[in-house]
Amino acid sequence: MAVTATARPGRRWRDRIPVVHQVRQSVGLQRGMLVAGLLMLLVFVLCAIFAPLIAPYGFAQRADADGGFGTQQPPSAAHPFGTTVGGYDVLSRVIWGTQTAILVIIVAVLLAIFIGVALGLYAGYFGGWLDRILVVVFDAIYAFPSLLLAIVLSIVISGGQSNLWGGVLAAAGSITVVFIPQYFRVIRAETVRIKAEAYVESAKVLGAPNRRIVFRHVFRNATRTLPLIITLNSSEAILTLAALGFLGFGIEPTAAAEWGYDLNKAQSDVTSGIWWTALFPGLAIVFTVLAITLVGESLNDLADPRLRGRRRVAQSAGEVAETSVVPGGTLDAGPGGLTGLEDGETFDEHGIEVKR
Amino acid sequence: MSTVDTAPSSEAPAAARPRPKATGGGFGRYLLVRFLLIFPTIFILVTVVFFLARTTGDPITAAQGGRLGPEQLAELRAAAGYDRPLIVQYLEYLAQLATGDFGRTMTTNRPVVEILTTYGPATFELVFYSLIVAFAVGVPLGLYAAYHRDKAQDAIARVLAIIWYAVPIFFAGLLLKLVFAVWLKWLPVAGRASVSAELQMQTLPNRTGFYTIDAIQTGNPEVLLDVLSHAVLPAVALGLLTAGIFLRLVRTNVIGTLATDYVDAARSRGVAESRLLRKHAYRPALIPIITVMGLQIALLLAGAVLTETTFEWKGLGFILAEFLESRDFVAVQGIVVLLAVIVALTNFIVDVIAAFIDPRVRY
Repeated sequence: MAVTATARPGRRWRDRIPVVHQVRQSVGLQRGMLVAGLLMLLVFVLCAIFAPLIAPYGFAQRADADGGFGTQQPPSAAHPFGTTVGGYDVLSRVIWGTQTAILVIIVAVLLAIFIGVALGLYAGYFGGWLDRILVVVFDAIYAFPSLLLAIVLSIVISGGQSNLWGGVLAAAGSITVVFIPQYFRVIRAETVRIKAEAYVESAKVLGAPNRRIVFRHVFRNATRTLPLIITLNSSEAILTLAALGFLGFGIEPTAAAEWGYDLNKAQSDVTSGIWWTALFPGLAIVFTVLAITLVGESLNDLADPRLRGRRRVAQSAGEVAETSVVPGGTLDAGPGGLTGLEDGETFDEHGIEVKR
Repeated sequence: MSTVDTAPSSEAPAAARPRPKATGGGFGRYLLVRFLLIFPTIFILVTVVFFLARTTGDPITAAQGGRLGPEQLAELRAAAGYDRPLIVQYLEYLAQLATGDFGRTMTTNRPVVEILTTYGPATFELVFYSLIVAFAVGVPLGLYAAYHRDKAQDAIARVLAIIWYAVPIFFAGLLLKLVFAVWLKWLPVAGRASVSAELQMQTLPNRTGFYTIDAIQTGNPEVLLDVLSHAVLPAVALGLLTAGIFLRLVRTNVIGTLATDYVDAARSRGVAESRLLRKHAYRPALIPIITVMGLQIALLLAGAVLTETTFEWKGLGFILAEFLESRDFVAVQGIVVLLAVIVALTNFIVDVIAAFIDPRVRY
C-alpha cells in the first residue's frame, strides 16, 4: 500500500508533482470532486491575489464620488450584492475577505505545523518524561471543544486589538493552539513507528548522529500524511475564524474584511427579511470550505486503496486491502470518517493502520 | 494485528494494562480505571485554560485595557488579587475548584455554577434534539450510500455530507431562519418558547428548566407544540453537521463490513439483502458511531455556542457569548472549565457504553 502512496523513482516527472499525480490516478466521481475542488480553490486564491483589482470598492469604503452608499440597500447595479447595515458594499467585502481568510490559513497552519511537527518528532524519537507529559496534555486539549479554546485564546491574544495583523494573528494564534495536538499526534505516531524500521537501525549502527537520523530518515517519512491534514485544517481554520468573528471577536471592518464579522452584523437583518447581507458572506465561507474539503477528501480517499475508486483498484490493491482492513468493523473512525475533518483523527489512525 | 483501536479514549490503554482474559471482572475494573482518568483530564484542561488565559494578561486588563489609566488599572488588579505571583493564583484557583466553586462573574456577580443550573438544561435539550436529527438523517443515508457504493445515490449522499460540513452552523441557522421563519412564517424566529407558553410554565410548582418536560407538565398540548416548534430550526441547524459525520461514518464502516466473509457467507445462505444490511452489516458499524459520539459531544457543545447565539436559545452557549460581548473573562473562563468537566464526563459515559457493547474495548 505504501508503494501506491509514495512516488517511485522510475516515474515520469509529471507524476511526481503531488496533486497532478492524484488527478491522474483518480476516476469518475473522485476525479470530479478533486477537479471541482481545485478549480474552486483556484478562484479563491485568484480572488485573494487580485482583490484590489476585482473588488469595486475598498473593504472599508462607505462612499464614493456620488455620495454615501446608504445602509442596507438591496442589490443594485452599483452594488450587485447590496450594502450592509454599516453602509459597506457587500460584494467588495466578500472579495476582500478572501485575503483575510488566506492570511489566517497560512499563518495558522504554518505555526501549527512548525510547532506540532517539532514536538512530535522530539517526543516520538526521544520519548522520556517530556513525551509522556506532552501526550497527556495534548490528548486532553484534543478532546476539548476547539472553538472554546480558540475563544479563550483570542481573548488573551487580541484583548481588544482590531487592526489587520492584530486580528489575523489573534485568530491564527488561537487556531494554531487547537491544531498543534493534531500534528503532534500524527507525527509522533509515525515517528515511533519509523524509529523501529530497519533503515533507522542501520543508520544508528553506522553511527549517524540523532540529528541526522531525525531529519533525514524520520522527518522525511513521517510527514508523508501531512498534506491531507493541512487541507482539512485549512478548512477548519476558515470555520474557526468565521465562528470567532460571528461571536464578536472579528477584525474591525475598517482593518480588514472578515466574513464572520459580517455575518454577526447581519443577524438582525435576517429577522427583518434582509437576506443579502447574510447570504453572500456566508456563501463565501461555504464555497471556500467546500473547495478545500473537496480537495482534502479526494486526496485522502486516493491515499487509501480501500476508498479509492473501486474499478481501477480492484485488481491491484484488492488483496492488500483485504489484509489491512480490520474485519468486523473497526473501532476507530476508519479512513475517510468525517472525524478526520473535525479533528484529524482519521489520519493518524490511518497513518498507523495502513502500515500494519 | 490488534483489531481494537479505541481512538477517542486514547488514555485508556495507557492505564488499563491489556489483560489476556477480558471477561467477567474486567468490566468493573475498566469502569473504575476509566472513572479515575477523568480527574487528570479535567486537571490538565483547567491548568491549560488557566495559564493560557493568564500568562499574557489578567482579566481586568483584558476587559478594561485602554479604557482606564494605568494607576486605576493597577488598583483594580490589586483589589482582585491579580498582582500576586501567577502560581499563587493558580493554586488558589485549584483549591477553589476543588470545593466546587467555579468563581463569580464580574458583570453580574453570580456564581458560575448557578449559570450552569439556569442555562444548562437548555443546552442539554438542544444537543439532545440535534442528536436525534443527526441519527434520523445520518444513519439511514449512510446505509443507503454504502449499499449503493460508487453509484449516483452514493455520490449525492457524500456531496451532501461535505456540504453540511462546509456550511457553518450559524450561516445554516441564519438561512433556515430566513426561509422558514421570516419568509414562510412556518416556525418561530428565535427563543425557546413564546411568551405565553413561558408564562404558563413559570407557574409550575417544580420546574425542571427542560422546557419539553415542563411543557408536558402543564398538560397543555399547545404549550408542548409551541416548545417543540421552537426547537425545530436550532436542532436542524446543529444536527445536520453531525448528520454528515454520522453519514460518512456509517458509510465507511458498512462498506467495510459488507466486504467481510460473514456477509458473503450469509449472502450465500440466501439471506435477504435488506436483512443482510440491517442485521449483518449495520450492527457492527454502529459501535464506532457510539465511540465517535464522545468526540461529537465536544463538537456539539462548540456548535451549541453558535446555534444558541443564532437562535437566541438561552443556554450555556448563549450566555457565554453574552459574557464574551461584555468582556467578562472570569465568567468565560468559569464556563469553559465547566464545559471541560462536562466533556470529560460525557467521554467517560460514552467509553463505558462502548465497553459495555463491545468487550474488546475493555482490554
